Amino acid sequence: MKPPSILIVYAHPAPHASRVNRRLAQAARALPHTEVHELYERYPDFYIDVAAEQARLAAADHVVFVHPIQWYSAPALLKEWVDVVLQPGWAYGKEGKALAGKTYWLVTTTGSAQDAYSAGGPHGRPFDDYLPQFRQTAALCGMRWEEPLVLHGAHLVDDAALEAHVAAFLARLEQLSTLKIG
Amino acid sequence: MEHGLLQNALVYLAAAVVAVPVAKKLGLGAVLGYLMAGIAIGPWGLGLIGEVEDILHFSEFGVVLLLFLIGLELEPKRLWSMRRPIFGRGTAQVAGVAAALTLAALALGVDWKTALIAALGLSLSSTAIALSTLGERNLMGTPTGSASFAILLFQDIAAIPMIAIVPLLGVAAAGSSGEGWIGAVKVAAVIGALVLSGRFLIGPALRAIARSGLREIFTAFSLLLVIAIALLMQSVGLSMALGAFMAGVLLADSEYRHALETDLEPFKGLLLGLFFIAVGMSVDFGVFMAQPWLILGLVAGFLSIKAGVLYLLAKAIGIPRSQQSLFAFLLSQGGEFAFVVFGAAQAAKVFSDQVAAILIVVVALSMVSTPLLLIVYDKVIAPGFRTNTRRKADEIDANEDHVIIAGFGRFGQIVGRLLAVNGVKLTVLDHDPDQIEFLRKFGTKVFYGDVTRIDLLHAAGAAHARALVVAVDDIDDSLKLVDAVRAAFPDLPLMARARNVSHYYDLMDRGVTVIERETFESALRLGRGVLQELGFGAFRARQAAQKFRLLNIQSLAKVYPFYKDKEQFVSLAVQARDELEAMFALDAEAVDAERKNSWD
Repeated sequence: MKPPSILIVYAHPAPHASRVNRRLAQAARALPHTEVHELYERYPDFYIDVAAEQARLAAADHVVFVHPIQWYSAPALLKEWVDVVLQPGWAYGKEGKALAGKTYWLVTTTGSAQDAYSAGGPHGRPFDDYLPQFRQTAALCGMRWEEPLVLHGAHLVDDAALEAHVAAFLARLEQLSTLKIG
Repeated sequence: MEHGLLQNALVYLAAAVVAVPVAKKLGLGAVLGYLMAGIAIGPWGLGLIGEVEDILHFSEFGVVLLLFLIGLELEPKRLWSMRRPIFGRGTAQVAGVAAALTLAALALGVDWKTALIAALGLSLSSTAIALSTLGERNLMGTPTGSASFAILLFQDIAAIPMIAIVPLLGVAAAGSSGEGWIGAVKVAAVIGALVLSGRFLIGPALRAIARSGLREIFTAFSLLLVIAIALLMQSVGLSMALGAFMAGVLLADSEYRHALETDLEPFKGLLLGLFFIAVGMSVDFGVFMAQPWLILGLVAGFLSIKAGVLYLLAKAIGIPRSQQSLFAFLLSQGGEFAFVVFGAAQAAKVFSDQVAAILIVVVALSMVSTPLLLIVYDKVIAPGFRTNTRRKADEIDANEDHVIIAGFGRFGQIVGRLLAVNGVKLTVLDHDPDQIEFLRKFGTKVFYGDVTRIDLLHAAGAAHARALVVAVDDIDDSLKLVDAVRAAFPDLPLMARARNVSHYYDLMDRGVTVIERETFESALRLGRGVLQELGFGAFRARQAAQKFRLLNIQSLAKVYPFYKDKEQFVSLAVQARDELEAMFALDAEAVDAERKNSWD
């Protein structure tokens, strides 16, 4: 029986300047049945090979999105990727069942500490309030929502916290690798 | 006379150069200018030229070239679709006019043979005058133009049997009955040979000669081709003009069509001019002075009968009311074939020398009358229709809405292929025959020729193009082309390939707004590749290249006002380079500033 396969869609516009996301991507590269797909490396000109991306998604059981939160949203290239790859009739809609049942797992980082995301804080509301766009994307495509893994104040955390975060990430990937969908 | 040829040329050219612009300025048209120049320098004017008949004969080659060029514009399919107007309207015109003139002559007591031959000869019109006028007035695409053309073409065909039957009516009537069908076989054989060689011989020959790169040899071959065909046709008893026309049609779908047109056009123009001058010279004022009233009466009578029949014909075939009299005037004159028919009649003793001389003067004067009648039309008749004569703008052009690419080498091809796969209609011009052969195999519409010649651009439909892409290799050609287009088609958007920075600036000087340096983008692309190879991320390498590109284009614009000043240009260029380096050095420390806040 074929083991479940994991697709990591990694989107960081300046990976050379990243500490956390780059570590996560690096760590995942060593895993079996796991593809780390680095969008900014593959499509630096923002022109996306839709057919190749759809084939890649179709072959995966679990889709993991690894990217920082920028202005309450995903980096621009990932937005473009969602816009052009998740086509009606393929990803959603009457005939759009290509992603149904697959896992949608958001692994992300923010620049602010957790308490900045609260009523009265600079961001005005809890961080969960900024997730519906991702959650609903998954829902529309019939995907299984996996509880997001978030590291706040990513550029401020110490090495120990970073290692703990990487370990938590790998542990969850390990769990997914035994979880057969369908 | 040792220098006879040059002296004659001097007289003709001087007469044309003086008379034609003056005639045009006075609104009389070029044809009348030539005719008056001819009268002025002819035996009855200043008497500068003697051998009028030789000149007339020689310059008839202008008519041959004219028909060859018209043939080039007419693909066989289109000609075939015109067969009904040619034979229907043509027969109606010739038969109608000939019958009316014969009856009029018989009523005046002329004997029937003279009446018939004179009427047949006079029923023919002057292809040279009518078609030049149509061209001058840009009327070829109108109902008047196409009806006139069909009729003139039929007249060219009809002239052959006319010339053939004249001897049969004469006292010297002779000739064995067997010659008829032998002649027909010969004609069929020659036409067959023409069709075959047009397909298999002329095309490859043109290609080979074009490939040699010798422009004047291509021109020489074009002339050789037309002369050879004309003589071949004449040798089997066909009209030279008709033969040239057929040869033109056969080459109409050749990729060298426009090159032939551009090369032969000046010869045609000059020879036609010479022809009109010769007609002017051939007006024998001696005969005229002997019986001026008779001749004027004959001219008036002939013109009114012929124009009258043509007017009725125009009504019958549905020419717009505003143009019916234009059509009648346009074809009202006697033609160059009349000279031939009357000459044959004189030789066969159907006409007395005196009758022949009078009729030839009548024909010559009728030719002079046409431009005058057209002035009457313009000044008196047309204004009455002014409100409803607005012609639909050039419905004939099939090339509308296309993009022209001048220069289809490695650069132009990429542009062209990108446009083509996105559904843009293309017209491609190039001067390299190998390139054209290659492209034709892929079904691209390609024209061979010197792209800097404005007449080729006209032929390629630049007047209706959406844009012109200047992708030629040669910098001088590029600038020449841009200048020519700016002058002739000021509204046509220009996009150009620049070979280097000074070329870039020269293009900016000429108001070209979309300019790409041919090596810049691909060099940046390669630079990106190198950065990636050195460990830069793909996106970072891209951003670096984009930043470099932006700064480079900015400094290019900054230096532009000074580039003509060599010293200042150099120092500014050095300064710009230093600035660029400083800016990158600054960023090297703070990797790329705008990405610092990517929130890890």
